[in-house]
This record gives sequence, C-alpha cells and structure tokens, in this order.
Amino acid sequence: MDAATNMNNNAQATPNWDKDPVLSVEHLTMRFGGLVAVGDLSFNVGRGDITALIGPNGAGKTTVFNCVTGFYKPTEGRIVMRHGPGRQQEDVDALTDSGQRWKTTGNGAVYLLERMPDHEISHKAKVARTFQNIRLFGGMTVLENLLVAQHNPLMVASGFSIGGILGLPGYKHAQQEAIDKAVYWLEHTNLVDRADDPAADLPYGAQRRLEIARAMCTRPQLLCLDEPAAGLNPRESAELNELLKYIRDEHKVSVLLIEHDMGVVMEISDHVIVLDYGVKISDGPAEFVKNDPKVIAAYLGVDDEDEIDMPEVREDIARVSKDEQAGDAAAPAAKKKAAAKKATSKAGSTKKASAAGASGAKAATAKSSPKASAAAKPAAAKSKAAKPAPAASEVKIANAGDYPGSQPHGLRKAREGGANNLTRVKGIGPASEKKLNALGVWHFDQIAAWKKAEVQWVGSYLAFPGRIEREEWVKQARVLAKGGETEFSKRVDKGAVPSSVPGKRGAKPASKKTTGKGGKA
Amino acid sequence: MEYFVQQLINGLTLGSIYGLIAIGYTMVYGIIGMINFAHGDVFMIGAFIALAMFLILTTVFGFVFLPVVLLIVLIVAMIFTSAWGWTVERLAYRPLRGSFRLAPLITAIGMSIVLQNFVQITQGARVKPLPPQIQGGITLMEGGANSISVQLSYMQIIIILTTIVLMAGFTLLITRTSLGRAQRACEQDRKMAALLGINVDRTISLTFVMGAALAAVAGLMFLLLYGVIDFYIGFLAGVKAFTAAVLGGIGSLPGAMLGGLLIGLIEVFWSGYFSVEYKDVAAFSILAIVLIFLPSGLLGQPEVEKV
Amino acid sequence: MAMNGSNKAVGTQPADPNSFAASVKDAATAGFLVAVLGFFFIGVRTDIAPGGLDLKMRWGAWIVSILVVFAGRLLLNLFVFKTNSPITQKFASSMPGNGRFAGAGKWMMRALFAFALILPFFFITFFPNKDRQFIDLAILIMTYIMLGWGLNIVVGLAGLLDLGYVAFYAVGAYSFALLAQYLDIGFWFALPLAGILAACWGIVLGFPVLRLRGDYLAIVTLAFGEIIRVVLLNWYEFTNGPDGISGIPKPTFFGLELKRGEGGFADFFGIAYDPIQRFIFLYYIIFVLALITNFVTMRLRRLPIGRAWEALREDEIACRSLGINTRNTKLTAFSIGAMFGGFAGSFFATRQGFISPESFTFLESAIILAIVVLGGLGSQIGVVIASIVMIGGIELLRNLGFLQQIFGSGFDPVQYRMLIFGLAMVLIMVWKPRGLISTREPSVALKEKKRIGADMVAQGEGH
Repeated sequence: MDAATNMNNNAQATPNWDKDPVLSVEHLTMRFGGLVAVGDLSFNVGRGDITALIGPNGAGKTTVFNCVTGFYKPTEGRIVMRHGPGRQQEDVDALTDSGQRWKTTGNGAVYLLERMPDHEISHKAKVARTFQNIRLFGGMTVLENLLVAQHNPLMVASGFSIGGILGLPGYKHAQQEAIDKAVYWLEHTNLVDRADDPAADLPYGAQRRLEIARAMCTRPQLLCLDEPAAGLNPRESAELNELLKYIRDEHKVSVLLIEHDMGVVMEISDHVIVLDYGVKISDGPAEFVKNDPKVIAAYLGVDDEDEIDMPEVREDIARVSKDEQAGDAAAPAAKKKAAAKKATSKAGSTKKASAAGASGAKAATAKSSPKASAAAKPAAAKSKAAKPAPAASEVKIANAGDYPGSQPHGLRKAREGGANNLTRVKGIGPASEKKLNALGVWHFDQIAAWKKAEVQWVGSYLAFPGRIEREEWVKQARVLAKGGETEFSKRVDKGAVPSSVPGKRGAKPASKKTTGKGGKA
Repeated sequence: MEYFVQQLINGLTLGSIYGLIAIGYTMVYGIIGMINFAHGDVFMIGAFIALAMFLILTTVFGFVFLPVVLLIVLIVAMIFTSAWGWTVERLAYRPLRGSFRLAPLITAIGMSIVLQNFVQITQGARVKPLPPQIQGGITLMEGGANSISVQLSYMQIIIILTTIVLMAGFTLLITRTSLGRAQRACEQDRKMAALLGINVDRTISLTFVMGAALAAVAGLMFLLLYGVIDFYIGFLAGVKAFTAAVLGGIGSLPGAMLGGLLIGLIEVFWSGYFSVEYKDVAAFSILAIVLIFLPSGLLGQPEVEKV
Repeated sequence: MAMNGSNKAVGTQPADPNSFAASVKDAATAGFLVAVLGFFFIGVRTDIAPGGLDLKMRWGAWIVSILVVFAGRLLLNLFVFKTNSPITQKFASSMPGNGRFAGAGKWMMRALFAFALILPFFFITFFPNKDRQFIDLAILIMTYIMLGWGLNIVVGLAGLLDLGYVAFYAVGAYSFALLAQYLDIGFWFALPLAGILAACWGIVLGFPVLRLRGDYLAIVTLAFGEIIRVVLLNWYEFTNGPDGISGIPKPTFFGLELKRGEGGFADFFGIAYDPIQRFIFLYYIIFVLALITNFVTMRLRRLPIGRAWEALREDEIACRSLGINTRNTKLTAFSIGAMFGGFAGSFFATRQGFISPESFTFLESAIILAIVVLGGLGSQIGVVIASIVMIGGIELLRNLGFLQQIFGSGFDPVQYRMLIFGLAMVLIMVWKPRGLISTREPSVALKEKKRIGADMVAQGEGH
C-alpha cells in the first residue's frame, strides 16, 4: 500500500482525493427535460487512486460518466481535470474566468471538461473510457482496434495522411511503435494470441479486457470504466482486479469506475462515492462507506421484501422496546395488556434480528437506555390523554433531534381494531411498514396528517430522503384514510403486488366499525 | 391580398396531396425504420390505375354520373394500388428484414426504378392528359380593376374534404383498433411484439397496404387537379412528401399532414412570389434545413443519443 | 459463409410429399397476383388520340404475362424452392465462395489488371469490326469503376450513405467545361482544378449534414444533388441551362492533339491517322485515373485516417471516446470521395465533348451506389465486377437485335435496360445483401491476415 492509501484510512488527515485530485466534479447538475438525473453533485477523484462510483440502478452513475467524458453537456457545474500534482486552484479559477477550455500551468495543465467536445477530452485532457454495453469495432481485428485508439499520434506521424500516401518512412516507424504498444497491452490482457481475430469473435470477458486495453492505448491519465466486471465470472473478475491495480501502480493512471460487484469495489477501491437518485449520499474510504447505514439502505433498496439490516433503525427499535419494557414496569396500571404484549413481541422480533445483525448495537443501546427510560415516563403519562398533542410522540427516538424536520406523532400501539395495512400505500413495503410501526405510525390518518417537517424527518430517519414526496405517501394516505381506494391499493387487494401484503385490509379507516380482520397477527 | 388568398387555397390543396403521400412514408418509417423510396412511385401507379379505371368506366361502360364514377375509381384505385404496395413489400423488403440498414434502402431504390420503367414500357413515356372533369367553383372575392378574383373550385373543396375525412378515419384506425395497437407495438420493439403474439409480418404488410391506399387517393386527386400524369411524377412528389414527413416529425401522423400542408404552401408561395423554376430547389432546401436544424421535426419526438 | 447462409434461406422449405400440389398452389397465387397487378398496366393501354385519351384492351398480353409468371414460378418451385435437392445447389457450391474467392482474388485481380492493360489492343486484334464500340464500352465501364471506387470511400469505408454523389460528378464536369469555355483552359490543367473544386463542394455540403443519422444523411445528400442539378438547369446565363455546353476540348498528348493532319499525334509520330487512336488514348487516361483512385484508396486504408473511417462505420461513439474528431474524419472521406468524382466528371466532359444537366440525374447516383453495394461495401474488386456486370450487361442489350425477329419490330430491347437494371438491383440484394464480395481484409496484422466475415462487419448503420 502506498502512502496515499494509508492516509485514506486515517480519518484525521486530509484524504488524497481532496489534497491531490486528478478530477473534480463540482456542483454537477444534469437535467433531461424535467427529469433531474444528477443534482448538484460534487466529488473528487484522487490522483493514483482507484475510485468507485456506486449506487442503485438509475442513480445517475452513467450520466456522471457521460458528463465527464463529454458525451452529455451538463446543465450546470464544473468538471476540472488536472495534469500535474496539487489542486492548482488559482489556475483553475483563472481558467474558469478566462472562458478558455484548458490552460497549461507550472505543474502541468488544467482542463474544464464541460467546455470541451468529447474527442478533445480523450485527446487533450487524457480521459479514456469504456462502455457499459461494450463498444468495440467488431469487424476490425483486435490489433486494429488498438491502432484506432492511437489515431491522433499516428495521424501526426503520417503527416495527416499526405506523407503516408507518398510512403514516407517516418510513418512506418511510428506504426511499428504503435503496434509494439498495442502488443504490450495485449500481453497484459492475455489477448496477444487473438490479435488478428475480429473483435466481435472474442468471448465476452475478453471483449471487456480488450476495451480496457484499447482505452489504455490512448495513454490516459484518468481511466473511466463503466461496469467493467459486469458479466465476468469470478476468475475473470479477479484478473480484472489485478489488471486495474497494475494500471494504477505501474502506469500511475487514476481509475474511476462504476461497478455493481461489491467484491470488486471493496477489494480494489481506495475511495468510494455512493449516489442515489442523482445525489451523493456517502463519500469516503471503502471501509467507511461499507458501514454507512444510508448506503446500505439505499443500495439494497428499502422497499424490498427482505428485512433490512439497518443499524441505526435497529438501534432505535431496540431502544424503544427497552423503553416499553421499562414503562410497563414503571406503570403497573397498564390498561391494554394485550395490545402492549403485541407491541413488545413485535419489538422483540426486531430485536432478535438486530442481535443477529450487529454486536455494536447492544453497546449503544445500553449506553443510551437510562436517558431513554427517563424520557419514557412523561410519554407514558401523556398517552393517557385522549388526544395527545401532535408535537410529542408517544414513541421516543433517542437521537430524534439529529434529523431535520420534526418527528411525527406516534402511537405506542395501534388503536382499537388494529393497525391499517400500510403496504396498501404505494412505496411502503413490509419492511418499511415495520419501521413505521416502530415509530408509532399504524394508521393511514397518521401519515395523512404529516406536514412537510414530518415528511422530511421520516425521510431522513429512514434514509430515503425525497422518496416520501416523490411517491406521494401523504396524498395516498389521505385517500385511504377516508376509506377510499387508490389504483395501487386495489392492486394490492387483488394480490397483484408482490411487495405488499394482500388480503389483509387491516382496520377500516375512518369508519368506527371494527370489522377488519385484525391487525398484524 | 386576393392573390395571397388564392395562393393560400392552392397551397392547401397541393399540401393535402403531399400530406396523403407523406403518411405512407411516415408510417413505414415508424414501423420498420426505413425510407420507402418506392412510395412516390406507388403514388404514380395509383394515378395511372385511376386514369385507366376512369377511362374504362366512361368509355367502355358509358357511365356518365360523375360522383358515382369517381367513387368507383377511388375504391378500385385504392384496392389495386394496395396490391402493389403489398407486393413491393413482400418482394423487396421482407426478405431483407434483419439485414443491415442500407440493404432495404438499396432495394427500395431498385424498386423505384422498376416501377417507373415498368409503367414507361407498358403505358408509354408520353404524358397522359385528362380534360378537367370537375369544373366551376365558388367565387370568394370578386376581382376588381387591379386585383384578381379568388376562386375556390369544387375540385379543391373535394380534395380538402376527402383529405380531412380520410385523416379522421385513419386516426381512428390507428388509435382505436387492435391493428393500430399492433402497429405501435411493432414501432416500439418488433421482437417483443412478436413474442407477445403479434403477427409482425402481417402488421408491416398492412402498413404498406394502408400507405399505398392513401397514395392512390393522392394519385387520383393529382390526376384530377393537374389533368396530366406521366411515369416520372412519383419521384418529385415522393421527395416532397418525404420532406413533409420529416418536417412534421417522421413517425407522427398529424405531423405528416401538417408537414404536407406546409410544403404545399411553401411551394405555391415560392412559385407565386419568387420563381417557378426554383420551386423544387425551395422544397429540397427546406428538406436539408429541417434535417440539419430540426431533425426531429415539428411534432416528432427528439432522440436522445444513447451512449 | 454468407454463401451457405443464403443457400439455406432459399432451401428452408421442408420437402413434403405434397410438394407438387403446394408448388402449383403457390404458382397459382403468383399468377393471380400478376393478374391483379398487371391488369391496369399490361391489360389496358391508354394513348393520346384525337379528342382525348384512347383506351385499348390487351387481353393477349395480359394472359401471356400471367401464364409466364405461373409457369416460371412453378418451375422454380419444383426445382429450386420446394425441393430437397435444388438444382442451384450444385451451381452454388461451384460458385466461388467468399473464402476461396478471396484467395483467388489476388490472382484474379492481377489477371484483370493485365487484361485491362492490353484491352484496346486485344479488341483491335480480335474484333477489328467492333473495336471502337468495345473500347468505348470499356471506357464507360472504367468510368463507372472509378466512380464506384470514389463512392466506396464514402459509403464502403466511412459508412456514410451518399445518394447525391452525382453532384460531384457534375461539379467536375461543369468545372472543366466552364473553365474551358470562359478561360480556355485545357484538360490537363483543368483536371486537378476540377478535383479540387469538387472536394471543396464536398466540404461545403458535408459540413452541415455529416452529423445526421444514416438515412437522413442519404436524403439530404439526395436533396443537394438535385439542388445542384436544378441550378445547373436554370442558371441559363452561366451554364447554358438545358441546352448544355458543347465543344469541350479533347485532351492532348503532351500538347499534341489527336487529330488528322498537320501537327497531330499521328503526324508527329509518323504513323497513319486512325480515329481509334483517340479512343485508345481516352481509355488509357481513364485507366490511369482509376488506378490512381485505387492506389490512393488502398494506401489510405492502411493509414490511420482509413482505419478511422472504418472505425467510424463500426461505432461512431466509440470513435469519439478514443479522441477521433469524427466530423473532420467524415469530411475527409466525403471530400476525397468527391474529388475522385470530380476527376471522373471532367473526364466525362472531355470524352463526350458535350454535357447537359440531363446526364446528372438521381438515377446516375443510384447506379453508382448500386455498383458499390452490389459489389460489396468496401471491396475494390467487388466494384470492378459489379461495374462489368451491371454496365456491361445493360449495354449488351443494345446488341440483342435478334430479339426483334422473335418479338416483332416493335420490340426494342434497349428500353428494357433500366427495368432489368432495377430488377437486378433488387434480386442481387435479396440474394446477397452484403454484396458479391463481402469479407473484409484487415489493414494490418501481427502474424497473418485473416479475412473477416461479413456477419461481423458493420455497414454504417448510422448511429
């Protein structure tokens, strides 16, 4: 490990990508019509690092790539490519003001990629890329593919074709050099035996390697790889890791890659940036990102059917259950025993999951429990009131203040007649429903009463900011709370939505009848 | 002013004809993504069939009641021209489905040459004049001492009305019937449509048939309006109709009609106010300008380059 | 490889015992179709007569055409389409396959070259009566070969579909004609100027349009071709409009005119004057021009620019990611193609001595394109074969006078030439969509050059 990587692990020091960025993306925004694919995104790519850009499908990773390599012109933002060490901030600012596209500096040169056409980005700024769906010249041989990549130096050597037509000797020499370079990369990608075969003839894994070799033949300073491990078998994947490390260590080329294969990302990345819905949600060394709960939630997708292992929520739930037990103990006059038991058992089941999940949670719970149990008392007292003030929830979340907005009012347990089936709201799956229940949200009318502040709080607490607005939970809940139906809820009732729970209509909202099939059993 | 209104009427009439041909281009382009180069010649075939049928009815059978004659001619021309459209697709395009993109364009050019020369050989190279059949009209503005009177002839009324009726019927066909749905499915993804049980070959054939039927209507109107046809009318009309389709946004039916009307107006006004000799240059220049600056046309969907 | 493919496509019908009934049914369908399609064209004939149009029924011709198609289709069904052992199988397997053809290609090319070198003397020796006619035909074919090679750079290598190539042919021809008329410039001096002018026009026209997708590009180039023709037709003061320009000077042999009498070529060398000398001279001019075209194209293919053209044909986006300026690369292809078109154009002007816009219609573009595509995109030898077959074949029709004895004196085979040309275009394309020579030879190799099958080579789908 070189010094830079070591420093990355040390959270205190400035990381390499902030100290010596080869590429800086600053406030990048890309809109397609009304759709914001990337919104105000900023990140740095460290020189000599392997940087991974990860995120769920549709997070905007490829859009970022296309902006960096000039295939899209960003709506807003600045993309700086630096040759030579350091941030060269003065030069970058001077260049930005000058209106030029690039500028040579004392340390090397700086380029503003958003001002350059795609071919210049490759030719001048030395940014090479590969494509998600491989784009080779299928009808040309492997060797020809690599010579096309050396087009610009060869054009100069051939005297812009005029010397070449006349058969001047300079070009022959240049071509031989180009072939040697191609062979070098073919050797390092195990393709030298296939040099004279058409590229379309190669197996998939070899085509991926050839695309990397072709990109390397342009002598880049930054290599952008769009899902290089997609479709590779484990052995090929391991070879790819070695190749990328070789490119980084021996050729001092910085690598920026989009990847879904976490094995590849975690093994080779010095720096990981996580996008979700066009917004950066995490940025740091692989170790840091791996444990970032927002990443886990976003990456695994919160509305999946599976129980989501999200440390923060887990901890809170554990806390709540502790509070409940404490509260029950403190208040012997528990009125609704059955309901309380149900809540406890539910919390217990979540606890079990959490125990299996992380051991660190326990310590945190233990630490915070005295404070929490103390706070639980007034909450228990307040619950006696028929209509509790919306400000204070019956459910206490220890670090509620850490999230923007305000915590919505929560009920300890569902009202008489049981909870509503929240999965009838589009966007709420069983996992989210459980988490909402843990917050004390059992009924549609509770969601319907959320204001902007509550929406914001829940969104950030559950680590999917923006989703509640986008999926219009509140609006849906309003309809459902009045006993109405939405298109989605009809489909849920028919059992057509696999991620929701059909057949279980829950309490009839609004109507006081208790004909529902009961809450969650 | 009178001159302007008169040119406007003439332009709309000519534009209706272009629009009807343009629909054939736009539909075929929408569904199989090729320029049916022979479509202009199918229009020419339609005009010849209409002429022959008209003569058969009037001289051989001695029919004299014009509305009935024209109706029969229209129907016969549509049916027989559809057969030509179907055959062209079957012979020259279907075998090349799935081949590289240039191949059907080459056969289309070949087919265009074949149709032109076939008609030239069987019907002769000389122009075929037909005396005006529908005369008279409504005088909209009386001419004064220094102005001409504005005439809306019955012929022009018939052309514009027929076009409107056909367009309405056609829009219903495309938007409401299962055939229209199948067509749109094939436009989106032919392979998937086939997997979902749509008979893609049949759908494409029917698209050609419909395009040819409309071209036949345009052919009949051209014959009645100008009274002169020859084997070469298809080329220019075809290029102009294609321009109309591109101008309106290729793949869009209302776009084709709109484009047709615009091209008709431009051509008529250009000849009326600038020069008759260069009216084709005007049409071709518009084609180039539209493609360069507005490749998705007025009503078409812009294409985002996929990287 | 492609051979097998097309064979299969023809013979996929499973043979069943009722194949005869099926064949008859199919043939009957074809006959019925001809009856419908042909009724208003073969069965009816309209002619201008005093007092309006005259209608004539031709039942005989109509029925004959139906019967001919029925019989033809039946025979084809029985022996080719619907049988287990189509008679074309033997024919097909004995046809040079692409692989073998490529191997034989080099030898064939040499043989063709040697023949082309001695061609005028071959005809003079063996066909003394028809030598002028044959050499003239050879000149015509050679002109189309040159045009095909020029267009091959644009369509075959760079994958840009150009339907207006004839515009550059016209620019070359008119450049020379007008230079000669107004400035009294001779052929040899005007030839490079014409080429440069055509190349400039290629850049001017190409600059705005080359970012368009494949078929849109095709239509815009067609429009440009037509615009140039219409302007030539209507700019009467400058180009003499439809009347054309006549009296275009003939090329000289190092200052010697090929004419009878004092100071002429024959007089200078002390040989007897014979008009055939001029044909031979013209033949060698176009031969050398074509060879230059071929030489430059072959050289360019091995240079980075040529590889960039082919890469562009394969995948434009990948090209841009590799730092290739696609616009300039396309413009070079377009203008170099245009330049050779311009050379050919000024040769055409000097050969004819007279030009008019009539010679530069869209049909001409279509013929050149057909030669390139039918020969096999990107294949130089393919263009040669296609030119000989298409142009030579059509000209042969002029010599089929004996057919008049069969079909009567009203029968003129010449008027069928474009019909046959169009049919050939369609049929060859359906039979071999990738053209006659569809494999690609790599421009460079590490160990050995292996030809690349047509199924892998992209043909400039345009996006």
